[in-house]
Order: sequence, then C-alpha cells, then structure tokens
Amino acid sequence: MLMRLAVAIGLAFIYIPLIVIVIYAFNSSKILEWPPPGFTTHWFSQAFKDEPAREAFFTSLKAGLFATAIALILGTLASLAVARHRFFGRETISFLVILPIALPGIVTGVAISNTFTQVLDIPLSLFTVIVGHATFCIVVVYNNAVARLRRLSGSFEEASADLGAHTWQTFRYVTFPGMKSALIAGGLLAFALSFDEIIVTNFTIGAGEQTLPIWIFSNLFRPHELPIVNAVAVVMILISIIPVYLAHRLGGEDAGAPGRGGGGGVETEATAVP
Amino acid sequence: MRSKEGNPARAAWLVLAGLVVVMLTIAGCGGGGSDTTGGGSSDEALQKVGKGEGQLNLISWAGYVEPEWTKPFEQKTGCKVSDKEAGTSDEMVELMKTGQYDGVSASGNATARMVAAGTVAPVNTDLVPNYKTVFSDLKDQPYNTFEGVNYGIPHGRGANLLMWNGNDVKPAPDSWDVMFDPKIAAKYKGKISVYDESSYIADAAMYLKFHQPDLGIENPYELNEEQFNAAIDLLKEQQANVGEYWSEAAKQISAFAGGDVTVGTTWQYQYFALKEEGAPVKASPASQGFLPKEGATGWSDTWMIAKDAKHPNCMYEWMNWIISPKANAQVAEYFGEAPAQELACKETANPNFCAEYHAEEPDFWKRVYYWETPLADCGNGEENCMDYNDWVKAWTSIKG
Amino acid sequence: MGHRLAGLFQGRRRLQIGALLAGPIGWLVIGYLGSLALLLVAAFWSVDPLSGLTVKSFTLENFEALWNEPVYRTIVWRTVRTALLVTITDAVIAFPIAFYMAKVASRRGKALLVVGILLPLWSSYLVKVYAWRTLLGTHGAINWALEPIGLHGPGYGTTAVWLVFSYLWLPYMILPIYAGLERIPDSLISASEDLGASPFTTFRRVILPLSFPAVVAGSIFTFSLTLGDYITPRLVSNDQFIGNVIFSNIANNQPFAAALAMVPIVVMIAYLLVARKLGAFEHV
Repeated sequence: MLMRLAVAIGLAFIYIPLIVIVIYAFNSSKILEWPPPGFTTHWFSQAFKDEPAREAFFTSLKAGLFATAIALILGTLASLAVARHRFFGRETISFLVILPIALPGIVTGVAISNTFTQVLDIPLSLFTVIVGHATFCIVVVYNNAVARLRRLSGSFEEASADLGAHTWQTFRYVTFPGMKSALIAGGLLAFALSFDEIIVTNFTIGAGEQTLPIWIFSNLFRPHELPIVNAVAVVMILISIIPVYLAHRLGGEDAGAPGRGGGGGVETEATAVP
Repeated sequence: MRSKEGNPARAAWLVLAGLVVVMLTIAGCGGGGSDTTGGGSSDEALQKVGKGEGQLNLISWAGYVEPEWTKPFEQKTGCKVSDKEAGTSDEMVELMKTGQYDGVSASGNATARMVAAGTVAPVNTDLVPNYKTVFSDLKDQPYNTFEGVNYGIPHGRGANLLMWNGNDVKPAPDSWDVMFDPKIAAKYKGKISVYDESSYIADAAMYLKFHQPDLGIENPYELNEEQFNAAIDLLKEQQANVGEYWSEAAKQISAFAGGDVTVGTTWQYQYFALKEEGAPVKASPASQGFLPKEGATGWSDTWMIAKDAKHPNCMYEWMNWIISPKANAQVAEYFGEAPAQELACKETANPNFCAEYHAEEPDFWKRVYYWETPLADCGNGEENCMDYNDWVKAWTSIKG
Repeated sequence: MGHRLAGLFQGRRRLQIGALLAGPIGWLVIGYLGSLALLLVAAFWSVDPLSGLTVKSFTLENFEALWNEPVYRTIVWRTVRTALLVTITDAVIAFPIAFYMAKVASRRGKALLVVGILLPLWSSYLVKVYAWRTLLGTHGAINWALEPIGLHGPGYGTTAVWLVFSYLWLPYMILPIYAGLERIPDSLISASEDLGASPFTTFRRVILPLSFPAVVAGSIFTFSLTLGDYITPRLVSNDQFIGNVIFSNIANNQPFAAALAMVPIVVMIAYLLVARKLGAFEHV
C-alpha cells in the first residue's frame, strides 16, 4: 500500500549514501571515481595501522566517557529535582537544558573557548573539550530520566521514607533501580553525540590533540588518507550496532505498552534523541 | 504539600532580562579602551638558543612542513614537530591568537596584523646562522621588518598561478581575462575556481590597473573608495560564473580532478599534485616561465615566532633548519616556489630550478604583488584608503 | 556520618531541591549562559582594523552594518528558509516511517526499524556529508545514474544543501514522531474507523492533532541544527549561511560575529517558546 512505498523510499534515502561509503571503503582506486574500478580490503588494515587515527579514536573515547559521566550526574540531579518537586522556575529548567543544543554549535564553542582562554586563563585541552561536550549532553540524559521518573510513581519513595530510609537510601534502593535503564539509554546516546561532534570540539581542543571527527576533517581532502577515512567510518558503523541495539532494548522496555493519552514528545524513553 | 510554582514564563523572562542588563552594563563600561597586550619593539628577542624543549607546534601552509625535511630535523634536534595546516591568512592570525603555537609561516597580509596584535616576538637574526646567505631582496622588507626590528626569517616566495584544464579551456589563456572579462568568463560559467579570501580583491584591482588605467590604481592593496568599488563590481560580475571559492588546497585539487572546475587561481602545490595524478592541467607561470600579462599577486612568506612561545629554542632551531640550503631546496621544489636561501640553488634536484623560478632575479618580483594588509594609510600622504575590515565586509557581500 | 548528612536532607524540601539543582544550574547558568553573555557583550564593541584587538567602548556600528548592507539579510533569509524547508521535508518523509513503526510493524519489525533508523546517526556526520559531496559531483553517482535518461543531478548549490540537511537530520525527526504516535491508543483509531471516518479523515482529525506536539519537538532539532551549521554549506555549495559568516568573522572581528550570532539565538529562542506553547515540552 502507499504507506509501505513511502517507508521503502524513506529507508532507501537513508541508506543509499551509507552504502556508497561502504562501497568506497572497498574501492581499489585512491580517487573517488564512480563506478569504482576494483575491490580491496587494503584500507582497513591501513586504518588499523594509522597512528594518528588510533590516537584520535582513543581521545574521542576518553572525551566521550568523561563527558557522559558528567552529563549523567548533572542530568540525573536536575531530573530528580524537576520530576519529584515543585518550585519556582521548574518549567524553565527544561528550556535551559536544551539551549546548548538548540543554539548554533559555533556560538557554544566560541563562548566556552573564550571563557576558558580569556577569562579563566585555562589553556585549551581535552579537559575543555569534555566541558563543552558535557554541556550539550546533559539534555539527553535529562530527557530520558525525566520521562522515566514520570512513569514511576513517587509513592514508592514516600513509602520508603515512611519506613525509615533517609534520602540517600531511598535513592539508592528505590529510585535508582527504577531509573537505571533510562540512564543507560541516555548515557549511550550522550556518548554517541560526543563521539561524533565536530563544531564545538573544533573551538575547544588544544593544539596537539585530535578527536576522531577532527582527524576525519583534516583528512577528508587528502587524497592519500581519504580511503582510510572511509574504512574508519565503516568500522565505526559496525561497532556501533551493539550500543544502539542495547539502548533500544534497555530504554524501550515498556515501549510496547499502550500510551496514556496523546501529546508530548520531547522527553520520551530511549528515543529522546537530541 | 507546599507548591510554589510561580509563573514559569515569567521566570524565563526574568532570567533573560537579568542577563541582558548584565551584558549591557559590561558593554557600556567595559574597560573604556582597547586592551593592548603590547606588541611593538618593546619585546625582547631571544638572546641565546638553549637546549631544545622536545616539542614544536607550528602553523603552516599546506606543503611547508613535510616529513621529507621534518623527520631529519626531529632526529637532529629532538624537537617533535606538530603542524597545523591553515588555508588562509585569516585562519593563521586567529590560531596565533590562541597562544598555543610556537611559530607560523606568515604571508604579508598576516605579518603586520600579528605584530600589531602582539602575538609574535622579534627575531634575533644573529641566532640564525643561515640567515646570512638569504637573498638580500628578502631582508628588511616592509612585510617582515617593523620599525627597524626584524620579526621573521624569510621562507620563500611565489606568484599565484592561473591554472586551467588543457582539454576544456581553449585557446590557452595568457591573461586573467579568462576569469574577469564577462564575455570570456561566461564560457566557463560554473567552472571557475577563486581563492576564498578578501585578499583576492587585490587580484581584481591588479586586473583593473592594467585594463582601466584611468582609475589610477598603483598598488592593488591601497585603494581609495572609487577604485575599491570598481574592483568590487568586477568581482560581483565574476561571482555569477564562479563554480567554487576554495580555501583548502586539497579541496581545489579534488574539484579540478573531478571536473567540477576547469580554470582558476591556485598555487604550484596544487598544480604539482594534479599533474602527478595525471590530470590534464596547465598553469601559468608554468615553471614560472611567464606571468599573465597583467602580472600576478603572490606572497613572500616569513617564519615568525610566537610571543611567549612555549618552545622557543626548538623554534629557533626550526627557523635555522628550514632555511638551511638542503631543506630550503627541498621545500622549494616540493611546493613549487622560489627559495629564500641563496645556497639552496646548488642543492635542488633540478639544477635549473632557481633559474626557472627567478629566485635570483629581483626584477621579476617587481611584477608580483605580494599579499599585504590593506590599511587606511595610502602611503602617499593620504589616509582615505580602504582598510582590512572594509575588505572583509566587501568579500562577504561579493559572495552573496 | 553519611547517615547524618542524608538525614539532614530528610523532609527539608528546599534543601533537597537546592542540593539537587546546585550542580546543574551552576554549570548551565553560570558556566554556559555566563559564557554566552560574555561573548554577546562583544557585539556592542568594535575592532581595530590592523591589530584585530577589541576596542571595548560601546558602539552600535556592528548592528548598523548588519542592517545597512543587504547581503546579510539575504544570508539570514537563505538560512531560515532552508531551515524551514528542511523541517517540512523531514516531517513529510518521517511521518509515514514513524507511523509504520508505531502502528503497523510487528514487535520485531519495530525493533529492527528503530535500530535501523539510529544506525546512520552513529556514522560520522562528516563522512556522510562528504559521501553526498561525491554523489553530487560532476562525475558522481547521481549524474552517472541520471545522465542515461537525459537528466542530471542538482550539483552543488542551495538545492544540494537542502538535500543534505534533510538527509542528516531525518532520524531526529522520525524518533520523536514515533514516540508520540506510540502514545496514541490504538483504540482511538479503531473508534474513529468505527464511526465511519475514512483513513484520511482519521489522520487529519485524530492522529495529526494528537501527534502534532511530537512533530514540533522533532522540528526543534531539524530547525536549530540547520540554522547554525556551516560545514555542510561549505562542503556542498558556495552559499554563505549564517554560520559561515560567523565563522569567517569570529577570528578577526569577534564583535561583528557576536552581533550576527544574536540573530540565530533570537530566532531559536522564539522558536522554542512557540514550540513550548504548541506542547512540545509537555509532560505526559
């Protein structure tokens, strides 16, 4: 029927460029001509041997892990305050949290970079990159956490308090287990965001370091390196199948349940993509 | 349960209003003057080169810092080189402001700005032994010497090339008409490649100097309003035919190789890369054989050292290394420019290299208009020339 | 000791809220908003043409320049127009896919589709844009496919930018709409059919209004991501978008760049406020 056709076209649209990347990764010629003349897996072995690429990969990994950790902490704290209490300015928190991602990346990048170099006199380094990434990753964790907390009734926590547990015990034994999978889903998405980010990173990174996107950008136009870039991209796609699937399974456990009423879209489990 | 929600929209407005007030206050009474971080001859150049610090962070043009001469340098001095390639002088000026780099290969449209901004320090040429045998018409030039103080070590010089696809562009052009004359340029509509920086306005001015002499243009970087507007109009006409404005050398290479553009301004570096790939490109000056009849803009590059560089000893070692006869010959032949070092002419793989590139002919370079920073000071007693800000703003409006 | 500390918070709502919010608010308001304010303040300053150093005295010349020179209006309108087109395009493409995922696909199909939609997100943004650049080139795959039937591809330019942006942000539109559609009980749709409505009427009067906030939520991302991007316009066109002009000025004339940066910020804040009114931020 018409809808299936629309879906098929949509999916084709999404996947054709990716297939092109995969084809180029096996392209035997260095120049990206079409159609490609031959087949080779040479670029993949080159990619593993390429030292700047490896270093960039690990730098991205480090940045992603730390930024996700910070985003998890701050996002969870904010979500607990918003979902479980009422206070003056509560509604603005959702607004505030989304700003770093809604405003142009170049503005966020330059603002943070200026503050570090001109106001605080702190040189740019992996640390400043992490700060930048954490800032726009908070929203992903926050959205997932708030959505989950709204589904979990607050009465369990009240019961826990009634039974004599103090705040930390309540969090640890009652709230956190309920939130765990939403946090993992949010964390995975935050990591994905940080791993692929280029604009803010460009402005906050120090001279000698590169994250993977920066390495890719500096090699995009180098004829000798470009095929390796394609191979790296394909490897990244393959590796990422696992966390993506995990994020869906963990976050969307209740996804099959019929929804309650209509409306709302920004914070939704596992699909609260920035 | 006490619930003091307050009006959420009001909270948002209050926060925003507060921020705006804070901002305007800072703006209004912020400092009151420019923040001068020094610059000028009050800085001290290094007095003695000590032991290398083990690391060197450079900013350079594509092709200036390559393993061929960098690896021997690293082995000899222990200074590990990390190079950031920049596509335009604007980028270089910006990067130097971050204070993260030790040195930069600066063209004339960046040097004056960096000195004024205080991001570079004077160079003590006594500490660079190879400087003695640098061509004399590169020493103490207005683009590397300010108020009598040397600020850099000459690297090499070259002219911007007109490059075309030999199969698609006929007859072979000998003039910039192919890019500026509306009738001729229209033949290659959508296939023209232009350098993406405001300094290109000087190319238009240079063209007008030859073809419309009654405008009275002398130096294409010193333009009064009338001359400037004429150049802008010429460039706006050209914009309709432009296929790409390039700022990354490699992007232009891929555009020529892919047939997306067939004629444009370029450097010898791209020309060599394309010939190596077998692309049917031709260029002028082909091996600096001739310039288009209007002349050409060009550059004369200088290695400058950052003020408060973290690795000054390594930087001095680098400056001495890059103009040592062998290394300067290598980089000149790799990139395709005239070397700064006289003795390099004996070290080039091609024995006629220096002759082909007119390295030893000061008269040739009089027809090349090195990149310069436009200033309001017209140099002839008048102060009504367009300055750098005007050029940048005009460039944005040209591209549309 | 831990017990005493935790006990301190017991029952004290204000203290709890304060402790929870101190970190995030401190980070976001003081750190982020403060940095923004410091940057934007420069919009009221000017720059010395030779040294490029900021002259910190109040002036409105940057805003005058933006207003007087028509090219900036062209650029802003080009950016906003593209952002709107991309948003509409993505909404149109995303809706059938999201609907299929939410209401028609089997449990397994749903999982596969979600993974399938999220996967492209994980491939590098840069590589995807570069893949499009090669697809769109004179000898690229699109021309190779179209030339035999006498057509040719759009090449580089504004059309290419619209295409690539629509491609890049599509998953960001599909997922919120999918989530929103999931919440619509199947019983509502059956009830509408039982009452005799055609599928189109059901769509128009039941599904669309209920899922509209989700569409708006998705549009926040497609719109904002297009508004500020400068890499894609640079790689597949010669066009100057707001981000490109900010980028080329940020180094040497930060006050001017800051003044220009205010435009997308104001546009985005306005968009977010409208989106909130339309229910995009509503809690279930």
